[in-house]
Amino acid sequence: MLTSADFATLLLTFKVASLATIFMLLFGTPLAWWLARTSSKFRGIINAIVALPLVLPPTVLGFYLLILLGKNGIVGEFTMWLGIGTLPFTFAGLVVASVLYSMPFVVQPLQTAFLSIGNQPLEAAATLRASPIDTFFSVVLPQSKAGFLTATILGFAHTVGEFGVVLMVGGNIPDKTRVVSVQIYNHVEALEYTQAHWLAGGLLVFSFTVLLILYTVLKTSPHVK
Amino acid sequence: MNRKLNKFITARFKLDYGEFQLSVNLRLPNSGVTVLFGHSGSGKTTLLRCIAGLQQAQQSYLEINGSIWEDSDVGVFLPTYQRPLGYVFQEANLFLHLSVRENLNFGLKRIKASLNNPKFEQIINLLGIKHLLERMPERLSGGEKQRVAIARALVLNPEILLMDEPLASLDAKRKQEILPFLTRLNQELNIPVLYVTHSQQEVAQLADYLVVLESGKVQASGTLSETLSRLDLSLSQDREATTVWNATVVEHETEFHLTRVAIENGSLSLPAIDAKIGTSLRVQIYARDVSIVLETSRATSILNVLPATIIDIADGESGQSIVRLEVGNQPLLAHITRKSAVVLNLKIGKEVFVQIKGMSILN
Repeated sequence: MLTSADFATLLLTFKVASLATIFMLLFGTPLAWWLARTSSKFRGIINAIVALPLVLPPTVLGFYLLILLGKNGIVGEFTMWLGIGTLPFTFAGLVVASVLYSMPFVVQPLQTAFLSIGNQPLEAAATLRASPIDTFFSVVLPQSKAGFLTATILGFAHTVGEFGVVLMVGGNIPDKTRVVSVQIYNHVEALEYTQAHWLAGGLLVFSFTVLLILYTVLKTSPHVK
Repeated sequence: MNRKLNKFITARFKLDYGEFQLSVNLRLPNSGVTVLFGHSGSGKTTLLRCIAGLQQAQQSYLEINGSIWEDSDVGVFLPTYQRPLGYVFQEANLFLHLSVRENLNFGLKRIKASLNNPKFEQIINLLGIKHLLERMPERLSGGEKQRVAIARALVLNPEILLMDEPLASLDAKRKQEILPFLTRLNQELNIPVLYVTHSQQEVAQLADYLVVLESGKVQASGTLSETLSRLDLSLSQDREATTVWNATVVEHETEFHLTRVAIENGSLSLPAIDAKIGTSLRVQIYARDVSIVLETSRATSILNVLPATIIDIADGESGQSIVRLEVGNQPLLAHITRKSAVVLNLKIGKEVFVQIKGMSILN
């Protein structure tokens, strides 16, 4: 069965994924809105950058993050100047890396949801005295609930499942950066297959359940209220 | 309420999209219904959207009720949500996540008003939507949706109501369901309306003032009867060319099943209608139903024979002549054959009689 070390990694994974999802929604929503509405010439390049983690090997992203966040990187120098040290091999660093890595899974469903609302409800709201920000909260948000649900689930689940970036940026420090996927790796390395089975099976069931919800419950009711 | 400070709306817009240019300079009455008429691509919807601030022209000046909504020379552009207007879209455009009541409340909440007000009661009754208040928009028919959309715009008590082909997406039956509401709207609520359409029927039924647009330019702008009878516009050449007169019911001749209405300088007999004496209404006369005689003869089965003066004559298509006349001060169009025009020796200024074979009541 699971040891207390295993439970610690589960708890840590949950914490990282929850925090990362919150930050992704916070930053991803305005980004997705901008991408859905803008006619700026930067739209293409920003879209490409956001989607990059979809195709990039996680180790590549992890490697560059390690350099960028490390004490000789631009971000690293900035965080040291702020007096909070460097981010690699810390919990905070893990969250930052997760946000960047899972961002497309949040931005893309939101962007699709915003696009499908179209211009008309926004124009109607404007003729009914609602300012753009007011319109966003009173018309756009309620009409893209399904998109937000999808974004939250995918963002959370994908963060739970990451390995490469975690290992590069977070390392393998118990209680600080050791998440479930890394723990499975540790178990396999140590030939503790029973332990690995419990964790791996758990993740498998979790991921499948999440996708099942996504593809059955959500897709059959387009108007989630 | 002293909302009618200024009698005119001034609208000047210059907009260039490359393949389409809009260039208008209009002074419109700040009362009644002004119809912006034109074919698709004439720029009528673009003009309406510019007035609403949904689109921004490169050069613009817009003044309504003495307040300047746009002046590109000094960089003034009031965003749509700060303009005291009502807008009815071609598609009703209701918020699908809100009930009918919540849709009506959407704008009211933002001007700190509530739906519990006798005036809103009047609007809701006028549009016949009281029984729909708790429904979701997806459970309404097309006509019902559009009526809710009109109510949603009206409850804000806008200084001007902009309507972009509100009937275009409805079938003929639904159109007939809504048109009477629109007519009553103007009689009961004193809100100036700018109404975009490509339907001559809607023009005849609703317009007090008519603006004809063509390829982004104003072809004509004037009172309805004046503009309808202008021979230089294609409207007067059309097979459906009409004139519209205002009339008042004066007498019911029940034994003949007729109603007599007074017009300026005379009266007309119509098939009996169900309206009180004193009711004002619109009479539409098709140019093809008007014939010209040189002297009045008792020996005619046509009841409505009126003295008229020829103001202008133009050649129409395929052997037709289009004659513009005046009965009293009201213009009237007649489509006759060119041969008749020659045989009768019709000339500008000539005094004649017109026989009106048929006409229809518009409200």
